[in-house]
Amino acid sequence: MATPENKLAFDAGWQYSPAPESTDHIKVRKRYGLFIGGDFVAPEKGKYFDTVNPATEEKLSRVALASDADVDKAVKAARKAYGPWVRMKPAERGKYIYRIARIMQERSREFAAIESLDGGKPIRESRDVDVPLAAAHFFYYAGWADKLEYAFPGRKARPLGVAGQIIPWNFPLLMAAWKIAPALACGNTVVLKPAETTPLTAMKLAEVVADAGIPDGVVNIVTGAGETGAAIVNHPGVDKIAFTGSTEVGRIIQQALAGTNKKYTLELGGKAANIIFADAAIDQAVEGIINGIFFNQGHVCCAGSRLFVQESVAEEVIQKLKDRMETLIVGDPLDKNTDIGAINSRQQLDTIESYLAIGQGEGGEMYQSSCPVPDKGYWCRPTLFTGVSQSNRVVQEEIFGPVLAIQTFRTFDEALTKANNTPYGLSGGVWTDKGAKIFKMTQSVRAGVVWANTFNKFDPTSPFGGYKESGMGREGGLHGLDAYLRLEA
Amino acid sequence: MAQKSGSKRLSVAKTYKIYIDGKFPRTESGRYFALEDSKGGVIANVCRSSRKDFRNAVVAARKAQPGWAKASAYLRGQVLYRVAEMLEGRRDQFIAELVLQGVGQRAAEKEVDLSIDRLIYFAGWADKYQQVFSAVNPVSSSHFNFSILEPTGVVSMLAPNDSGLLGLVSNVAPTIVGGNTCIVLASEKLPLCAVSFAEVLHASDVPGGVVNILTGHRSELTGQFASHMDVNAIIYCDADRKTAQSLQHAAADNIKRVVSRTRTDWFKSSAQHPYLIRDTQEVKTTWHPIGV
Repeated sequence: MATPENKLAFDAGWQYSPAPESTDHIKVRKRYGLFIGGDFVAPEKGKYFDTVNPATEEKLSRVALASDADVDKAVKAARKAYGPWVRMKPAERGKYIYRIARIMQERSREFAAIESLDGGKPIRESRDVDVPLAAAHFFYYAGWADKLEYAFPGRKARPLGVAGQIIPWNFPLLMAAWKIAPALACGNTVVLKPAETTPLTAMKLAEVVADAGIPDGVVNIVTGAGETGAAIVNHPGVDKIAFTGSTEVGRIIQQALAGTNKKYTLELGGKAANIIFADAAIDQAVEGIINGIFFNQGHVCCAGSRLFVQESVAEEVIQKLKDRMETLIVGDPLDKNTDIGAINSRQQLDTIESYLAIGQGEGGEMYQSSCPVPDKGYWCRPTLFTGVSQSNRVVQEEIFGPVLAIQTFRTFDEALTKANNTPYGLSGGVWTDKGAKIFKMTQSVRAGVVWANTFNKFDPTSPFGGYKESGMGREGGLHGLDAYLRLEA
Repeated sequence: MAQKSGSKRLSVAKTYKIYIDGKFPRTESGRYFALEDSKGGVIANVCRSSRKDFRNAVVAARKAQPGWAKASAYLRGQVLYRVAEMLEGRRDQFIAELVLQGVGQRAAEKEVDLSIDRLIYFAGWADKYQQVFSAVNPVSSSHFNFSILEPTGVVSMLAPNDSGLLGLVSNVAPTIVGGNTCIVLASEKLPLCAVSFAEVLHASDVPGGVVNILTGHRSELTGQFASHMDVNAIIYCDADRKTAQSLQHAAADNIKRVVSRTRTDWFKSSAQHPYLIRDTQEVKTTWHPIGV
């Protein structure tokens, strides 16, 4: 690594020794059935598919491929469980959910290791972010179960019935928690489908659900790909659909639900603007930009993938960004020193690489850090594009990878206009030391979550969700209850 | 309007036009439909608005939206109150217009009175709903975090069929009090009060483009109301099952929020509540570190 004087050299004179998280304590079965009615059952058609470790391309386990018949079975189990669950004293329901939170905390390291194995994210993130937040989410919503009458003044809160929930591969356990916890607290039962590339922590969660003694059928987890998801969406016995994923699929789901009485919430794609004013604390902003786009390999719907830097500091910020990118360690997700893990799947790596070609083809200047990457597995070095404009595809489209598109601006209005020039509206960031400017910008950005002088922060009490084509409805906080209730006069 | 019988003076009939961007054009299409009374006599030639009229109205609504959303809650409350004042002053005209369209005298009086009161009701919510529906969130990290409501943006609206004034007011008021702008398709069978209500809005302090009112055939315009890519939400009242399905399908093009208000009795007091405001609001959460 070249180290001119202005460069950060975190490992100058030192080498990082490998610091792998041990995996001898984790239990992954060779094969998982579908979790229906409180038991793991074989799929009707007997089909299974592999789930692989994206860092090694090795098979971790086999999981069942749920067909329409399996989904039907799961929905029926959820329907059967709904009556007793909804009649249960709300405080007792809450106590069951608390149990899930507690068991998850007890087994947190196992969950973290499996999450990193199956999905490729750095152990530091799964250990410090995904798993603790997932447990906290259950803990938060557990307490709402017997307090719903205080949440919506003037309304009576009624559960919906059976909730069908479809989640993505970027935060597998956390998204399961975001879906299941509020649904159960509100008195619904659920049929959840994890993403096909990351089913394992959902299978472990099924074990926790069983260990917690949750009545059979209250939580059902079926594995599979798009067709399994479609079977859930189209099942007439489902009362509500909660989906997190791409805007493309979200649109199909919204179309499919037209003419039904199913309630739905959609948490879809994003292309967040991260706006750096000249009067920002630059070093902190650089850290925020790095976290904003490289957290979880950029597999984040709210990633700060469009950077807008005020012209007077653009050169400085971009240089510091490149220096900081040089220090990022890409590699073994289980290593505690790793900053950027494996790209989740071959398919996603192909998508990202196609965008790198598109960006260069459109005339953008691409910069990648020089770090080594392992031979096997799916990897992408941290990447940024300069010399791009609003109409470039790498500026407009969600890449879902560690790829940052940088543009500059002169005035507040220019930054705002550019930031809002997108069909998405999930999140945004603003960096400045001036309070009045913070409020003006955070109020003007059309997005559901805005981070000022920070980025990519999440909390169970904090509502999350998009404006415009980034979806509808909120997850988290009091507002997240609404997705799982019918409010009556 | 028909000439009053027994009067020596020839009355001056009103041309019912549409309302776009604070102006009263005729439909660009030049088309009309005849509104008839129960005996088949023509009450008025009403504009049969086109899809182009709708697109023009969306442009006006989009242009007006940021400014209207930025108006203080206090101001928006006063503007709505002013609308009620103007409506009160023209109470007799609206009653006569409802009667002309076949509503009974007492029912018409009730409808106009309730419409005025409903405007006052929502005017009062302007600076209160935010406090009811927003939150400061106790996050476990060292951040100050709060969630507030912001308007969804531009809303298209298919007004109730059976209530020409009250149904219209009950849907427009909660939409605009929250900082949205809207394009409304008036009741097809009771369109006159919608146009006269546009005159009330015009005489109040509602900025041009905040409310745009079209008359015409639902069957012709519903698709466009649902599919337009620069509309953020659609509120539809009284759609049959098939229409509702195609409308919801088209709305997915740009992930439009779809609000169904079917079979609502707008005369009931339960038909007014702040959740009607919330239907076209987005929750925005803002984070800031706490520290030095």
